[in-house]
Amino acid sequence: MSNGSVDPDTVRHVAGLARVDLAESEVEAFATQFAEVLEYFETLDEVPAVESEPDLTNVLRTDEMRDSLTQDEALGNAPDTEDGYFEGPPVG
Amino acid sequence: MSHDAFITREVIEGASAGPLADRTVAVKDNISTEGVRTTCGSAMLAEYVSPYDATVVERVMEAGATIAGKTNMDEFGMGTTTETSHFGPTTNPTDDERVPGGSSGGSAAAVAAGEADLALGSDTGGSVRCPAAFCGVVGIKPTYGLVSRYGLVAYANSLEQIGPLAPTVEEAAELLDVVAGADERDAMTRPQGDDADYASAADGDVEGMTVGVLTDLVEGADDRVRSVFEDSIDDLAARGADICEVELDSLAHAVQAYYVIAMSEASSNLARFDGVRYGVSGERSEPEARQSAKRTDGESGGFDGDWNDAFARSREAGFGPEVKRRVLLGTYALSAGYHDKYYKKAQDARAWIKRDFDGALADADVLASPTMPVLPPKLGESLDDPLALYLMDANTVPVNLADLPAISVPAGTADGLPVGVQFIGPAFGEEAIVRAGSAIEK
Repeated sequence: MSNGSVDPDTVRHVAGLARVDLAESEVEAFATQFAEVLEYFETLDEVPAVESEPDLTNVLRTDEMRDSLTQDEALGNAPDTEDGYFEGPPVG
Repeated sequence: MSHDAFITREVIEGASAGPLADRTVAVKDNISTEGVRTTCGSAMLAEYVSPYDATVVERVMEAGATIAGKTNMDEFGMGTTTETSHFGPTTNPTDDERVPGGSSGGSAAAVAAGEADLALGSDTGGSVRCPAAFCGVVGIKPTYGLVSRYGLVAYANSLEQIGPLAPTVEEAAELLDVVAGADERDAMTRPQGDDADYASAADGDVEGMTVGVLTDLVEGADDRVRSVFEDSIDDLAARGADICEVELDSLAHAVQAYYVIAMSEASSNLARFDGVRYGVSGERSEPEARQSAKRTDGESGGFDGDWNDAFARSREAGFGPEVKRRVLLGTYALSAGYHDKYYKKAQDARAWIKRDFDGALADADVLASPTMPVLPPKLGESLDDPLALYLMDANTVPVNLADLPAISVPAGTADGLPVGVQFIGPAFGEEAIVRAGSAIEK
Protein backbone atom coordinates (compact mmCIF):
# COMPACT_ATOMS: atom_id res chain seq x y z
CA MET A 1 0.00 0.00 0.00
CA SER A 2 1.50 3.30 -0.92
CA ASN A 3 1.14 6.49 0.96
CA GLY A 4 -2.01 8.53 0.85
CA SER A 5 -3.97 5.66 -0.67
CA VAL A 6 -5.38 3.65 2.19
CA ASP A 7 -8.39 2.00 0.60
CA PRO A 8 -11.45 0.64 2.40
CA ASP A 9 -10.28 -2.95 1.77
CA THR A 10 -7.08 -2.26 3.70
CA VAL A 11 -9.10 -0.90 6.61
CA ARG A 12 -11.34 -4.01 6.53
CA HIS A 13 -8.29 -6.28 6.44
CA VAL A 14 -6.66 -4.60 9.45
CA ALA A 15 -9.99 -4.55 11.32
CA GLY A 16 -10.19 -8.30 10.72
CA LEU A 17 -6.69 -8.81 12.14
CA ALA A 18 -7.61 -6.68 15.18
CA ARG A 19 -10.99 -8.47 15.64
CA VAL A 20 -13.04 -5.27 15.48
CA ASP A 21 -16.22 -5.18 13.38
CA LEU A 22 -16.76 -1.81 11.70
CA ALA A 23 -19.80 -0.14 10.20
CA GLU A 24 -19.43 0.79 6.52
CA SER A 25 -19.43 4.50 7.42
CA GLU A 26 -16.52 3.91 9.84
CA VAL A 27 -14.55 2.10 7.12
CA GLU A 28 -14.83 5.09 4.80
CA ALA A 29 -13.90 7.64 7.47
CA PHE A 30 -10.95 5.57 8.72
CA ALA A 31 -9.56 5.13 5.20
CA THR A 32 -9.26 8.91 4.80
CA GLN A 33 -7.92 9.49 8.32
CA PHE A 34 -5.42 6.61 8.18
CA ALA A 35 -3.94 7.95 4.94
CA GLU A 36 -3.32 11.29 6.61
CA VAL A 37 -1.83 9.83 9.81
CA LEU A 38 0.35 7.30 7.97
CA GLU A 39 1.68 10.03 5.70
CA TYR A 40 2.76 11.91 8.80
CA PHE A 41 4.40 8.75 10.24
CA GLU A 42 6.33 8.53 6.96
CA THR A 43 8.75 11.22 8.19
CA LEU A 44 10.23 8.60 10.54
CA ASP A 45 12.19 7.51 7.46
CA GLU A 46 14.54 10.43 8.18
CA VAL A 47 15.48 9.05 11.61
CA PRO A 48 19.00 7.60 11.70
CA ALA A 49 19.59 4.14 13.15
CA VAL A 50 20.46 4.70 16.81
CA GLU A 51 22.40 2.29 18.97
CA SER A 52 20.67 1.94 22.28
CA GLU A 53 21.85 -0.14 25.18
CA PRO A 54 19.03 -0.18 27.67
CA ASP A 55 20.10 -0.78 31.23
CA LEU A 56 18.24 -4.03 31.78
CA THR A 57 18.32 -6.26 34.82
CA ASN A 58 16.28 -9.35 35.54
CA VAL A 59 13.77 -8.90 38.33
CA LEU A 60 13.04 -12.26 39.95
CA ARG A 61 10.89 -13.45 42.78
CA THR A 62 10.62 -16.78 44.50
CA ASP A 63 7.83 -18.99 43.24
CA GLU A 64 5.67 -19.19 46.32
CA MET A 65 1.96 -19.71 46.91
CA ARG A 66 0.18 -16.53 47.89
CA ASP A 67 -3.33 -15.18 48.13
CA SER A 68 -5.10 -14.45 44.90
CA LEU A 69 -8.66 -13.74 43.78
CA THR A 70 -11.28 -16.31 44.74
CA GLN A 71 -13.08 -18.09 41.91
CA ASP A 72 -16.21 -16.00 42.58
CA GLU A 73 -14.21 -12.76 42.44
CA ALA A 74 -12.51 -13.81 39.22
CA LEU A 75 -15.87 -14.65 37.63
CA GLY A 76 -17.62 -11.59 39.06
CA ASN A 77 -17.41 -9.44 35.93
CA ALA A 78 -18.05 -12.17 33.35
CA PRO A 79 -21.16 -11.67 31.17
CA ASP A 80 -21.79 -15.44 31.14
CA THR A 81 -20.63 -18.20 33.46
CA GLU A 82 -21.45 -21.87 33.83
CA ASP A 83 -20.56 -24.19 36.73
CA GLY A 84 -17.78 -21.88 37.93
CA TYR A 85 -16.28 -21.36 34.48
CA PHE A 86 -16.28 -18.49 31.99
CA GLU A 87 -18.65 -19.22 29.15
CA GLY A 88 -17.27 -18.32 25.76
CA PRO A 89 -18.36 -18.64 22.14
CA PRO A 90 -18.00 -21.98 20.32
CA VAL A 91 -14.50 -22.78 19.05
CA GLY A 92 -14.08 -22.92 15.27
CA MET B 1 -21.64 24.19 39.37
CA SER B 2 -20.91 20.71 38.11
CA HIS B 3 -18.27 20.15 35.48
CA ASP B 4 -19.02 16.42 35.14
CA ALA B 5 -15.59 15.69 36.56
CA PHE B 6 -16.71 12.36 38.06
CA ILE B 7 -18.00 9.17 36.44
CA THR B 8 -18.68 7.59 39.84
CA ARG B 9 -19.17 9.62 43.01
CA GLU B 10 -18.38 7.23 45.82
CA VAL B 11 -16.58 8.14 49.01
CA ILE B 12 -14.09 5.56 50.28
CA GLU B 13 -12.67 6.33 53.71
CA GLY B 14 -8.97 5.76 54.29
CA ALA B 15 -6.99 5.30 57.50
CA SER B 16 -7.81 7.65 60.37
CA ALA B 17 -4.37 9.27 60.48
CA GLY B 18 -1.45 9.88 58.16
CA PRO B 19 0.21 12.52 56.00
CA LEU B 20 -2.94 12.90 53.88
CA ALA B 21 -5.47 12.83 56.75
CA ASP B 22 -8.45 15.16 56.06
CA ARG B 23 -7.60 15.33 52.35
CA THR B 24 -9.82 14.09 49.58
CA VAL B 25 -8.26 12.48 46.51
CA ALA B 26 -10.11 12.02 43.21
CA VAL B 27 -8.92 8.97 41.26
CA LYS B 28 -8.87 8.63 37.48
CA ASP B 29 -11.22 5.90 36.36
CA ASN B 30 -8.50 3.70 34.84
CA ILE B 31 -7.01 3.13 38.32
CA SER B 32 -8.54 0.11 40.06
CA THR B 33 -10.62 0.56 43.21
CA GLU B 34 -11.85 -2.56 44.99
CA GLY B 35 -15.62 -2.89 44.92
CA VAL B 36 -16.07 0.33 42.93
CA ARG B 37 -16.70 0.58 39.19
CA THR B 38 -13.55 1.23 37.12
CA THR B 39 -14.76 2.10 33.62
CA CYS B 40 -11.75 3.63 31.82
CA GLY B 41 -14.32 5.99 30.29
CA SER B 42 -15.44 3.12 28.03
CA ALA B 43 -18.72 1.36 27.26
CA MET B 44 -16.61 -1.82 27.32
CA LEU B 45 -16.12 -1.51 31.09
CA ALA B 46 -19.26 0.47 31.97
CA GLU B 47 -20.27 -2.22 34.52
CA TYR B 48 -16.79 -3.48 35.47
CA VAL B 49 -16.16 -3.56 39.22
CA SER B 50 -12.52 -4.10 40.13
CA PRO B 51 -11.92 -6.97 42.59
CA TYR B 52 -8.75 -5.33 43.94
CA ASP B 53 -7.12 -1.95 44.67
CA ALA B 54 -4.27 -0.43 42.66
CA THR B 55 -1.09 0.02 44.71
CA VAL B 56 -1.46 3.83 44.55
CA VAL B 57 -5.01 3.57 45.94
CA GLU B 58 -3.78 1.40 48.84
CA ARG B 59 -1.04 3.94 49.52
CA VAL B 60 -3.24 7.06 49.57
CA MET B 61 -5.75 5.31 51.83
CA GLU B 62 -3.01 4.14 54.21
CA ALA B 63 -1.86 7.78 54.26
CA GLY B 64 -5.26 8.79 55.63
CA ALA B 65 -6.85 10.24 52.48
CA THR B 66 -10.51 9.84 51.55
CA ILE B 67 -11.20 8.82 47.96
CA ALA B 68 -13.72 11.35 46.55
CA GLY B 69 -14.74 9.31 43.51
CA LYS B 70 -13.62 8.15 40.08
CA THR B 71 -12.94 10.80 37.49
CA ASN B 72 -13.86 11.14 33.85
CA MET B 73 -11.26 10.53 31.16
CA ASP B 74 -10.77 10.00 27.46
CA GLU B 75 -11.66 6.39 26.69
CA PHE B 76 -8.72 4.20 27.86
CA GLY B 77 -6.63 7.41 28.07
CA MET B 78 -6.80 7.95 24.32
CA GLY B 79 -7.38 11.65 23.79
CA THR B 80 -6.28 15.15 24.71
CA THR B 81 -9.67 16.70 25.58
CA THR B 82 -11.70 14.16 27.67
CA GLU B 83 -14.29 14.27 24.87
CA THR B 84 -13.79 10.62 23.82
CA SER B 85 -15.29 9.42 27.13
CA HIS B 86 -18.32 7.16 26.70
CA PHE B 87 -19.88 9.11 29.59
CA GLY B 88 -19.74 12.49 27.85
CA PRO B 89 -17.31 15.37 28.19
CA THR B 90 -16.08 17.20 31.29
CA THR B 91 -16.06 20.99 31.06
CA ASN B 92 -13.19 23.27 32.02
CA PRO B 93 -13.92 25.02 35.36
CA THR B 94 -12.15 28.16 34.12
CA ASP B 95 -14.45 28.39 31.05
CA ASP B 96 -17.45 26.08 30.63
CA GLU B 97 -17.34 26.27 26.84
CA ARG B 98 -13.87 24.78 26.74
CA VAL B 99 -12.35 21.33 27.22
CA PRO B 100 -10.40 20.56 30.40
CA GLY B 101 -7.66 18.80 28.43
CA GLY B 102 -7.04 15.11 28.67
CA SER B 103 -6.91 12.40 29.10
CA SER B 104 -7.07 12.97 32.89
CA GLY B 105 -9.56 15.85 32.38
CA GLY B 106 -11.88 14.81 35.21
CA SER B 107 -9.02 14.72 37.72
CA ALA B 108 -7.80 18.21 36.73
CA ALA B 109 -11.33 19.67 36.69
CA ALA B 110 -12.14 18.16 40.11
CA VAL B 111 -9.08 19.86 41.62
CA ALA B 112 -9.63 23.16 39.76
CA ALA B 113 -13.29 23.30 40.88
CA GLY B 114 -12.45 22.38 44.48
CA GLU B 115 -14.43 19.12 44.26
CA ALA B 116 -11.36 17.28 45.54
CA ASP B 117 -8.22 18.51 47.32
CA LEU B 118 -5.92 16.35 45.21
CA ALA B 119 -6.19 13.90 42.35
CA LEU B 120 -4.42 11.03 40.65
CA GLY B 121 -4.19 10.83 36.86
CA SER B 122 -2.11 8.80 34.46
CA ASP B 123 0.29 10.22 31.90
CA THR B 124 1.14 8.19 28.77
CA GLY B 125 1.93 11.14 26.48
CA GLY B 126 0.90 14.17 28.54
CA SER B 127 -2.39 13.06 30.08
CA VAL B 128 -1.61 14.57 33.51
CA ARG B 129 0.28 17.66 32.32
CA CYS B 130 -2.14 18.72 29.54
CA PRO B 131 -5.27 18.92 31.71
CA ALA B 132 -3.23 20.48 34.52
CA ALA B 133 -2.15 23.25 32.11
CA PHE B 134 -5.66 23.76 30.65
CA CYS B 135 -7.37 23.86 34.07
CA GLY B 136 -4.74 25.99 35.84
CA VAL B 137 -3.52 23.37 38.33
CA VAL B 138 -0.23 21.55 38.94
CA GLY B 139 0.45 18.11 37.45
CA ILE B 140 3.49 15.82 37.68
CA LYS B 141 4.52 13.00 35.35
CA PRO B 142 7.03 11.01 37.42
CA THR B 143 10.15 9.28 36.11
CA TYR B 144 9.27 5.92 34.55
CA GLY B 145 9.58 3.40 37.37
CA LEU B 146 9.03 5.81 40.27
CA VAL B 147 5.34 4.96 40.83
CA SER B 148 3.75 1.52 40.66
CA ARG B 149 1.39 0.87 37.75
CA TYR B 150 -0.17 -2.18 39.46
CA GLY B 151 -3.91 -1.77 39.04
CA LEU B 152 -3.60 0.82 36.26
CA VAL B 153 -5.47 -0.48 33.20
CA ALA B 154 -2.74 -0.57 30.56
CA TYR B 155 -2.85 1.52 27.40
CA ALA B 156 0.84 1.83 26.43
CA ASN B 157 2.78 0.43 29.35
CA SER B 158 6.32 1.34 28.23
CA LEU B 159 5.29 5.02 28.41
CA GLU B 160 2.83 5.46 31.25
CA GLN B 161 3.09 6.56 34.85
CA ILE B 162 0.48 7.50 37.44
CA GLY B 163 0.96 11.09 38.61
CA PRO B 164 -0.54 13.64 41.04
CA LEU B 165 -2.60 16.79 40.36
CA ALA B 166 -3.03 19.53 42.99
CA PRO B 167 -3.62 23.27 43.39
CA THR B 168 0.04 23.89 44.33
CA VAL B 169 3.44 22.36 43.59
CA GLU B 170 3.96 21.49 47.26
CA GLU B 171 0.65 19.61 47.52
CA ALA B 172 1.33 17.72 44.27
CA ALA B 173 4.74 16.74 45.67
CA GLU B 174 3.14 15.60 48.96
CA LEU B 175 0.87 13.23 47.05
CA LEU B 176 3.82 12.02 44.97
CA ASP B 177 5.74 11.33 48.21
CA VAL B 178 2.91 9.02 49.29
CA VAL B 179 2.54 7.02 46.06
CA ALA B 180 6.23 6.81 44.98
CA GLY B 181 8.43 3.84 45.74
CA ALA B 182 9.16 0.26 44.81
CA ASP B 183 6.33 -2.26 44.52
CA GLU B 184 6.94 -5.98 44.00
CA ARG B 185 3.78 -6.08 41.88
CA ASP B 186 5.28 -3.72 39.26
CA ALA B 187 8.68 -5.08 38.27
CA MET B 188 9.62 -1.79 36.58
CA THR B 189 9.55 0.16 39.85
CA ARG B 190 12.83 1.31 41.35
CA PRO B 191 13.74 2.09 44.97
CA GLN B 192 14.58 5.78 44.34
CA GLY B 193 11.12 6.84 45.47
CA ASP B 194 11.21 4.95 48.79
CA ASP B 195 10.89 7.42 51.70
CA ALA B 196 10.59 10.26 49.20
CA ASP B 197 10.43 13.86 50.40
CA TYR B 198 9.89 15.86 47.23
CA ALA B 199 7.59 18.31 49.03
CA SER B 200 10.47 19.91 50.91
CA ALA B 201 12.07 20.82 47.55
CA ALA B 202 9.17 23.24 46.89
CA ASP B 203 11.19 26.14 48.29
CA GLY B 204 11.31 28.35 45.20
CA ASP B 205 15.09 28.63 45.45
CA VAL B 206 16.42 28.67 41.88
CA GLU B 207 19.55 30.71 42.63
CA GLY B 208 22.30 29.23 40.43
CA MET B 209 19.99 26.69 38.77
CA THR B 210 20.56 26.27 35.03
CA VAL B 211 17.33 26.28 33.02
CA GLY B 212 17.57 25.18 29.38
CA VAL B 213 14.79 26.57 27.19
CA LEU B 214 13.73 24.03 24.53
CA THR B 215 13.52 26.45 21.62
CA ASP B 216 12.03 23.86 19.22
CA LEU B 217 9.01 23.55 21.51
CA VAL B 218 8.67 27.30 22.13
CA GLU B 219 8.70 28.18 18.43
CA GLY B 220 5.76 25.87 17.70
CA ALA B 221 3.55 27.51 20.33
CA ASP B 222 0.72 30.03 19.91
CA ASP B 223 2.02 33.61 20.37
CA ARG B 224 -0.19 34.19 23.43
CA VAL B 225 1.16 31.04 25.11
CA ARG B 226 4.69 32.00 24.16
CA SER B 227 4.36 35.44 25.73
CA VAL B 228 3.26 34.01 29.12
CA PHE B 229 6.04 31.41 28.93
CA GLU B 230 8.71 34.03 28.22
CA ASP B 231 7.53 36.15 31.16
CA SER B 232 7.97 33.11 33.43
CA ILE B 233 11.49 32.51 32.18
CA ASP B 234 12.35 36.20 32.75
CA ASP B 235 10.99 35.80 36.28
CA LEU B 236 13.25 32.79 36.91
CA ALA B 237 16.24 34.79 35.62
CA ALA B 238 15.34 37.61 38.02
CA ARG B 239 15.41 35.04 40.84
CA GLY B 240 18.97 34.06 40.00
CA ALA B 241 18.51 31.17 37.56
CA ASP B 242 20.89 30.91 34.60
CA ILE B 243 18.94 30.65 31.37
CA CYS B 244 20.30 29.00 28.21
CA GLU B 245 18.80 27.89 24.92
CA VAL B 246 18.73 24.24 23.91
CA GLU B 247 18.01 22.89 20.43
CA LEU B 248 17.30 19.18 20.01
CA ASP B 249 16.97 17.93 16.41
CA SER B 250 15.34 14.68 17.48
CA LEU B 251 12.21 16.43 18.80
CA ALA B 252 10.83 16.91 15.28
CA HIS B 253 10.12 13.16 15.25
CA ALA B 254 8.66 12.79 18.73
CA VAL B 255 4.94 12.92 17.92
CA GLN B 256 5.28 10.36 15.12
CA ALA B 257 7.40 8.04 17.27
CA TYR B 258 5.05 8.41 20.22
CA TYR B 259 1.92 7.56 18.27
CA VAL B 260 3.48 4.56 16.50
CA ILE B 261 4.69 3.12 19.82
CA ALA B 262 1.55 3.99 21.82
CA MET B 263 -0.81 2.62 19.16
CA SER B 264 1.25 -0.55 18.75
CA GLU B 265 1.23 -1.20 22.49
CA ALA B 266 -2.48 -0.37 22.63
CA SER B 267 -3.31 -2.90 19.92
CA SER B 268 -1.67 -5.57 22.07
CA ASN B 269 -2.88 -4.41 25.51
CA LEU B 270 -6.49 -3.99 24.42
CA ALA B 271 -6.59 -7.49 22.92
CA ARG B 272 -7.71 -8.66 26.38
CA PHE B 273 -11.12 -7.03 25.90
CA ASP B 274 -13.03 -9.86 24.28
CA GLY B 275 -16.30 -9.81 26.22
CA VAL B 276 -15.70 -13.17 27.94
CA ARG B 277 -14.02 -12.43 31.30
CA TYR B 278 -15.40 -8.88 31.49
CA GLY B 279 -16.78 -6.28 29.13
CA VAL B 280 -19.54 -6.24 26.57
CA SER B 281 -20.44 -9.77 25.49
CA GLY B 282 -20.26 -10.53 21.76
CA GLU B 283 -22.95 -13.13 22.33
CA ARG B 284 -25.59 -11.88 19.95
CA SER B 285 -25.51 -9.48 17.10
CA GLU B 286 -28.29 -7.21 18.40
CA PRO B 287 -26.99 -4.45 20.68
CA GLU B 288 -30.03 -4.73 23.00
CA ALA B 289 -29.26 -8.41 23.61
CA ARG B 290 -25.72 -7.56 24.65
CA GLN B 291 -26.98 -5.04 27.17
CA SER B 292 -29.24 -7.60 28.85
CA ALA B 293 -28.59 -8.78 32.38
CA LYS B 294 -25.89 -11.34 32.86
CA ARG B 295 -26.85 -14.98 32.77
CA THR B 296 -25.59 -17.51 35.26
CA ASP B 297 -28.21 -20.13 34.52
CA GLY B 298 -25.96 -22.27 32.40
CA GLU B 299 -28.22 -22.13 29.36
CA SER B 300 -26.31 -22.65 26.18
CA GLY B 301 -25.33 -19.27 24.83
CA GLY B 302 -26.73 -17.47 21.83
CA PHE B 303 -23.39 -16.98 20.12
CA ASP B 304 -23.43 -16.66 16.34
CA GLY B 305 -20.30 -17.85 14.58
CA ASP B 306 -16.98 -18.64 16.28
CA TRP B 307 -14.66 -16.92 18.79
CA ASN B 308 -13.39 -14.43 16.23
CA ASP B 309 -16.88 -13.34 15.19
CA ALA B 310 -17.96 -12.93 18.81
CA PHE B 311 -14.84 -10.99 19.79
CA ALA B 312 -15.19 -8.66 16.81
CA ARG B 313 -18.82 -7.95 17.79
CA SER B 314 -17.85 -7.34 21.43
CA ARG B 315 -15.18 -4.85 20.37
CA GLU B 316 -17.40 -3.11 17.81
CA ALA B 317 -19.96 -2.45 20.53
CA GLY B 318 -17.57 -1.77 23.42
CA PHE B 319 -14.96 0.54 21.84
CA GLY B 320 -15.50 4.13 20.70
CA PRO B 321 -14.08 5.60 17.46
CA GLU B 322 -10.72 6.85 18.85
CA VAL B 323 -9.96 3.49 20.49
CA LYS B 324 -10.81 1.64 17.27
CA ARG B 325 -8.64 4.08 15.34
CA ARG B 326 -5.61 3.51 17.57
CA VAL B 327 -6.04 -0.27 17.83
CA LEU B 328 -6.30 -0.54 14.04
CA LEU B 329 -3.37 1.79 13.32
CA GLY B 330 -1.28 -0.10 15.90
CA THR B 331 -2.23 -3.42 14.33
CA TYR B 332 -1.23 -2.00 10.95
CA ALA B 333 2.13 -0.67 12.24
CA LEU B 334 3.01 -4.09 13.65
CA SER B 335 1.76 -6.13 10.70
CA ALA B 336 4.07 -8.07 8.39
CA GLY B 337 5.89 -5.77 5.99
CA TYR B 338 5.37 -2.59 8.02
CA HIS B 339 7.04 -3.43 11.33
CA ASP B 340 10.50 -2.22 10.24
CA LYS B 341 9.12 0.86 8.50
CA TYR B 342 7.09 2.16 11.44
CA TYR B 343 7.75 0.39 14.76
CA LYS B 344 11.49 -0.10 14.39
CA LYS B 345 12.04 3.47 13.18
CA ALA B 346 9.94 4.76 16.07
CA GLN B 347 12.18 2.86 18.50
CA ASP B 348 15.22 4.47 16.84
CA ALA B 349 13.61 7.90 17.27
CA ARG B 350 12.88 7.08 20.93
CA ALA B 351 16.55 6.19 21.54
CA TRP B 352 17.65 9.37 19.74
CA ILE B 353 15.34 11.56 21.83
CA LYS B 354 16.60 9.91 25.03
CA ARG B 355 20.20 10.53 24.03
CA ASP B 356 19.45 14.17 23.14
CA PHE B 357 17.76 14.76 26.51
CA ASP B 358 20.58 13.06 28.44
CA GLY B 359 23.06 15.36 26.70
CA ALA B 360 21.02 18.50 27.39
CA LEU B 361 20.50 17.54 31.03
CA ALA B 362 24.23 17.06 31.49
CA ASP B 363 24.51 20.84 31.01
CA ALA B 364 21.21 22.08 32.45
CA ASP B 365 19.48 21.23 35.75
CA VAL B 366 16.04 21.37 34.15
CA LEU B 367 14.62 22.01 30.67
CA ALA B 368 11.63 24.28 30.09
CA SER B 369 8.85 24.68 27.51
CA PRO B 370 5.19 25.64 27.37
CA THR B 371 3.25 22.52 28.51
CA MET B 372 0.74 22.86 25.66
CA PRO B 373 1.39 24.79 22.45
CA VAL B 374 -2.21 26.06 22.40
CA LEU B 375 -4.90 27.48 24.71
CA PRO B 376 -7.74 25.08 25.69
CA PRO B 377 -9.97 24.52 22.62
CA LYS B 378 -13.75 24.85 22.72
CA LEU B 379 -15.81 21.69 23.21
CA GLY B 380 -16.50 19.90 19.93
CA GLU B 381 -13.89 21.90 18.07
CA SER B 382 -11.13 19.33 17.66
CA LEU B 383 -12.53 15.80 17.37
CA ASP B 384 -13.03 15.76 13.59
CA ASP B 385 -9.35 15.95 12.77
CA PRO B 386 -7.39 13.23 14.61
CA LEU B 387 -4.00 14.28 13.25
CA ALA B 388 -4.43 17.92 14.38
CA LEU B 389 -5.30 16.62 17.84
CA TYR B 390 -2.22 14.39 17.94
CA LEU B 391 -0.01 17.39 17.09
CA MET B 392 -1.24 19.18 20.23
CA ASP B 393 0.86 16.66 22.19
CA ALA B 394 4.16 17.87 20.66
CA ASN B 395 5.57 19.28 23.91
CA THR B 396 4.53 16.50 26.29
CA VAL B 397 5.23 13.22 24.43
CA PRO B 398 9.06 13.60 24.26
CA VAL B 399 9.19 13.27 28.06
CA ASN B 400 7.40 9.90 28.04
CA LEU B 401 9.63 8.63 25.22
CA ALA B 402 12.69 9.57 27.30
CA ASP B 403 11.27 8.09 30.58
CA LEU B 404 11.93 11.43 32.35
CA PRO B 405 10.00 13.37 35.04
CA ALA B 406 8.16 16.60 34.21
CA ILE B 407 5.87 19.04 35.95
CA SER B 408 3.27 21.48 34.59
CA VAL B 409 2.75 24.62 36.68
CA PRO B 410 0.24 27.44 36.07
CA ALA B 411 2.22 30.42 34.80
CA GLY B 412 -0.54 32.98 34.22
CA THR B 413 -3.34 33.47 31.72
CA ALA B 414 -3.80 34.54 28.13
CA ASP B 415 -7.25 35.81 27.05
CA GLY B 416 -8.41 34.73 30.52
CA LEU B 417 -7.34 31.10 29.94
CA PRO B 418 -4.67 29.24 31.93
CA VAL B 419 -1.20 28.67 30.48
CA GLY B 420 1.12 26.02 31.91
CA VAL B 421 4.90 25.92 31.95
CA GLN B 422 6.61 22.53 31.81
CA PHE B 423 9.91 21.70 33.52
CA ILE B 424 11.69 18.46 32.61
CA GLY B 425 14.33 16.92 34.89
CA PRO B 426 16.84 14.07 34.76
CA ALA B 427 15.67 10.54 35.60
CA PHE B 428 14.68 10.40 39.29
CA GLY B 429 15.44 14.15 39.53
CA GLU B 430 11.96 15.04 40.84
CA GLU B 431 13.44 17.53 43.35
CA ALA B 432 14.75 19.73 40.53
CA ILE B 433 11.38 20.03 38.74
CA VAL B 434 9.54 20.59 42.02
CA ARG B 435 11.99 23.36 42.94
CA ALA B 436 11.79 25.07 39.53
CA GLY B 437 8.00 24.76 39.49
CA SER B 438 7.62 26.22 42.95
CA ALA B 439 9.64 29.27 41.88
CA ILE B 440 7.09 30.02 39.14
CA GLU B 441 4.17 30.13 41.59
CA LYS B 442 5.94 32.32 44.17
